[in-house]
Amino acid sequence: MSEAIKKITKDGFWTNNPALVQLLGLCPLLAVTSTFINGLGLGIATTLTLVGSNVIVSMIRNLVRSEIRIPVYVLIIASLVTIIELILNAYFHPLYKTLGIFIPLIVTNCSIIGRAESFASKHSVRHSFVDGLSMGLGFTAVLILLGGLREIIGMGTLFAQADLMFGEAAKGLSITFIDDYPGFLLAVLPPGAFIGLGMIIAAKNVIDRRATQRAKTLVSMTPATEISQAQ
Amino acid sequence: MQFNKTTSINMHNSNNVSAVMLRVLLALLPGTLIYAYFFGWNILLNITIACITAVISEALMLYLRKRPIKPYMKDYSAILTACLLALALPTLAPWWLIVIATLFAIIIAKHLYGGLGYNPFNPAMVGYVVVMISFPQYMTQWLIPHNGLDLMQTLQLQLWGITPESIILDSITSATPIDSIKTGLSLQRPITEIGQSPLFGTLGGIGWEWITTGFFAGGLWLIYKRTIGWQIPVAMLSTIAAMSLVFNFISPELYAGPLLHLFNGGTVLAAFFIATDPVSASTTPKGRIIYAIGIGLLTYIIRTWGGYPDGIAFAVLLMNMAVPTIDYYTQPRIFGANR
Repeated sequence: MSEAIKKITKDGFWTNNPALVQLLGLCPLLAVTSTFINGLGLGIATTLTLVGSNVIVSMIRNLVRSEIRIPVYVLIIASLVTIIELILNAYFHPLYKTLGIFIPLIVTNCSIIGRAESFASKHSVRHSFVDGLSMGLGFTAVLILLGGLREIIGMGTLFAQADLMFGEAAKGLSITFIDDYPGFLLAVLPPGAFIGLGMIIAAKNVIDRRATQRAKTLVSMTPATEISQAQ
Repeated sequence: MQFNKTTSINMHNSNNVSAVMLRVLLALLPGTLIYAYFFGWNILLNITIACITAVISEALMLYLRKRPIKPYMKDYSAILTACLLALALPTLAPWWLIVIATLFAIIIAKHLYGGLGYNPFNPAMVGYVVVMISFPQYMTQWLIPHNGLDLMQTLQLQLWGITPESIILDSITSATPIDSIKTGLSLQRPITEIGQSPLFGTLGGIGWEWITTGFFAGGLWLIYKRTIGWQIPVAMLSTIAAMSLVFNFISPELYAGPLLHLFNGGTVLAAFFIATDPVSASTTPKGRIIYAIGIGLLTYIIRTWGGYPDGIAFAVLLMNMAVPTIDYYTQPRIFGANR
């Protein structure tokens, strides 16, 4: 794996995560993450769109005039979302019904057009594919983390309604943590999404700050000779 | 000869934060004692639980935020928030409900916004609303006055959720007067008939009328001491009185009169102690009147036509949100500046 691809992957998952750093696509992020499975469903749909749009935009990047690029991107994304919506409707109908309006709304998810504009239109197909995949999976990771947290706190379960996605066999996946849990409704309601996302972002910032501090102390603790040798 | 070193000799009332908070706590005392007289040990237990949680979470947050713990703890603001919250929550609220409400009030509504002086929302009301929308089934469990529970039975009921033998829970709990008006109206009974139920005394609910009087007296003392301004309580109470008077005049069958509105559901407590929170309330004299009228209107609207039993908490939070705008448009003219 070359350096560039490593950097792109790390960008998508951590340094420039669409949900935690760019704060793009918050509308679906906050609205559908009431359970783990909902988050996973929307995450996969978004990832597929992101990979597809990044690859196509990157392929035609030298053919489209810059004056009309935005409408062209929107057309590409809209077609991809329509395909995904039809697939979901055909094969995962219950999940399609729970996610509802948020599947067609992937078209307006700013992180997708943002990647098309700021990355895919300037990089090769291979790099754009990796970028789309890592950004999409980074977004999905936050979706399922937030969805899982809200589900555990709000309803005391995890992987409830897994059958929506994996068929009847997955019904046993659902875990109930506390029997007759009174339910913490706030976590399931929209304020819970905002508070939860805020906490996750805060946690990420703390981890980042600790990491920089550790790096600093490491440098200051290394004897000067070693540093000059390394240089 | 020795001179006392003083600054600003024209400032004679020592209105530092802890003095203000202590005075407000003292003013809450008569109402709280009357509450305990009518409803028993529960309220004192609730206040204790809330205070312990508040002190621990306050210390924890100060430690995490690397602030000096002792001077900040001495301002008593966390204790005051806890007391107001405990007085607002139902008497029979389970202990974990009070703990969750207090944790939200202190950690999220107060410290995550920057601590005392920076919180845009009233912490006690945030805590109340959190448990109100999360656990509506526990928010209707009020004791009846003179329920005859002794201390041990109270502890059993509250901490372990065990109903003591020889006591039937249904016979010592009831809806609040405001709630029973709401359910009565939904059953198409006229207000005059609902008011005949044994829950109601001469002015408001039995017990509640005296508790309200206690808070009223404490509030008047605070105004006399210039700890709070007169604008907010006067404007809020008169708005609610005026609204209920008008609607009661239009249809006495459907709308409760002003006495029921003023002497029930913590209206007075909110007007003197909650809406006047110096941090989250409007700061200009004219702004305070607008702010309080807004709370009064919203409280009446939510109580009368809304889905929740009492609208004060929502009304206070909604008007807290409007405070920056109100303050911006009601700044007093600087002396000498152009009109």
